Amino acid sequence: MVMATFKLWRGDRDAGRFEDYQTDITEGMVVLDAVHQIQAEQAQDLAVRWNCKAGKCGSCSAEVNGSPKLMCMTRCSDIPLDKPVSIEPMKAFPLIKDLVTDVSWNFQVKKRIKPFKPRQPDADDGTWRMAQADIDRVQEFRKCIECFLCQDVCHVLREHQMHDAFIGPRFFVYGASLEMHPLDIENRLGDLKDSDGIGYCNITKCCTKVCPEDITITDNAIIPLKERVVDEFYDPLQKLFRIFRPRG
Amino acid sequence: MAQAELTLKQHGFGQTRRRDLWWLQPLAVFAGLSTFVIYTTWAAFQGEYYAFGPYLSPLYSPELFGESSHSWFGAKPSWWPAVLPWSPAFLILWAPGGFRLTCYYYRGAYYKAFWADPPSCAVAEPRHRYLGENSFPLILQNIHRYFLYLALLFVVVLAYDVWNALWFTDAATGATSFGIGIGTLVLAANVVFLGGYTLGCHSLRHLVGGIRDRLSASPARLKAYNCVGCLNRRHMLWAWMSLCWVGFSDVYVRLCAMGIWTDLRIL
Ligand code: SF4
Ligand code: SF4
Ligand code: FES
Repeated sequence: MVMATFKLWRGDRDAGRFEDYQTDITEGMVVLDAVHQIQAEQAQDLAVRWNCKAGKCGSCSAEVNGSPKLMCMTRCSDIPLDKPVSIEPMKAFPLIKDLVTDVSWNFQVKKRIKPFKPRQPDADDGTWRMAQADIDRVQEFRKCIECFLCQDVCHVLREHQMHDAFIGPRFFVYGASLEMHPLDIENRLGDLKDSDGIGYCNITKCCTKVCPEDITITDNAIIPLKERVVDEFYDPLQKLFRIFRPRG
Repeated sequence: MAQAELTLKQHGFGQTRRRDLWWLQPLAVFAGLSTFVIYTTWAAFQGEYYAFGPYLSPLYSPELFGESSHSWFGAKPSWWPAVLPWSPAFLILWAPGGFRLTCYYYRGAYYKAFWADPPSCAVAEPRHRYLGENSFPLILQNIHRYFLYLALLFVVVLAYDVWNALWFTDAATGATSFGIGIGTLVLAANVVFLGGYTLGCHSLRHLVGGIRDRLSASPARLKAYNCVGCLNRRHMLWAWMSLCWVGFSDVYVRLCAMGIWTDLRIL
């Protein structure tokens, strides 16, 4: 058992500051346990969002020592406890209170993305046939738990606050899961280029680094989408080929 | 949505609450790429000591015009403006240079290391204005696939150089015989590393399979897509290995040609 100091962000949209709390850390504790212990023993009015404590609901996103993390999946034994540990809310979204941010912008963005549009059913009973090899690629994207850590770390949102012009890595993952789906026949490439702002991503891979589900966001979702956007809008040879052979 | 104000506004270049050595990786990239660019520029301007026996430095290959025995179309062309410095490397180096400059891996790396955009993940930037690759000039990065086509040709040419590096001419008799020197191995390793880098390119991955939603319909495509994907997973590693080795190959040929190193014959 060690005594550790946590600097927790306390405040709301108007004002706030870090406050120090000391608490005992025992074997096996995660950061969320420490925060709960502080809440129970010293700060009953502390706002913290959580749900599953198993890294599956995506609620407990915060910044631990400046790095976007799920608090429930960050072991205390993996962070240096000899110095105070800072815990603060995500920076890309408006603060509600203490560690809780308003992530509803993400849900509005999701509604804007053209939904799944399957081709005509393959069989008379209204069902489709797919090969596993064709959905392997999009299955990775289905692991997303919408923790929005990738949105938080992405400098286009975090630093430049371009929420109007850029949908963020989470929604490129979502877009890729639809766009590369073997049954889907919708075309989202124009939106990706224009309203979704895929050109603002400069492939720095910070989103990939923080994803708790280990989705290879940049290499497997964003870059393949960028390449498809190039096919459609920037590559004269591809345009020529497409006259003879449509996409499939 | 209009708002989404930052909850805790960060101010000032480099500000972060990260405690790890976040500056180490961008600094290493900065040092590595700067060293390479300075060395290759210097080496390209030399215009000599780029060939030794059957070996040709990869920075000078293909030698379209030049004085060495590897030249394809003879000596320095007469149309080359007299006011400009001349080196056979000038004619070709833009192609592999452009391939690396527009490579998805290097882009992400040098935006951080040379332009601090961002300096590192979750670290504050020096500038507020941001255009990304959405408009001129960086929208031009989208020509990467055209550089890929050229880079694939270069891999073939460099493989041909390895073949040439297997045939040694006896200075006394003029007879050519099969052999393997350390230089042959250096140039062969160069093709392996460059091949691993070029064949793992994101644009190639797209071209061979990423372009399609249903790959199972063409097993050859699926196989190619998986192979490129396999190399692509380690694209950063291949990028650095090939970068270092290209530089080293030039150093090797150069020092042998200058008589500083002795090329050992294995066979
Ligand atoms: S790779 Fe693109 S989307 Fe991901 S964090 Fe970097 S800029 Fe944002
Ligand atoms: S892609 Fe990863 S980091 Fe982004 S919201 Fe989904 S699970 Fe979280
Ligand atoms: S509490 Fe559900 S992911 Fe952390």
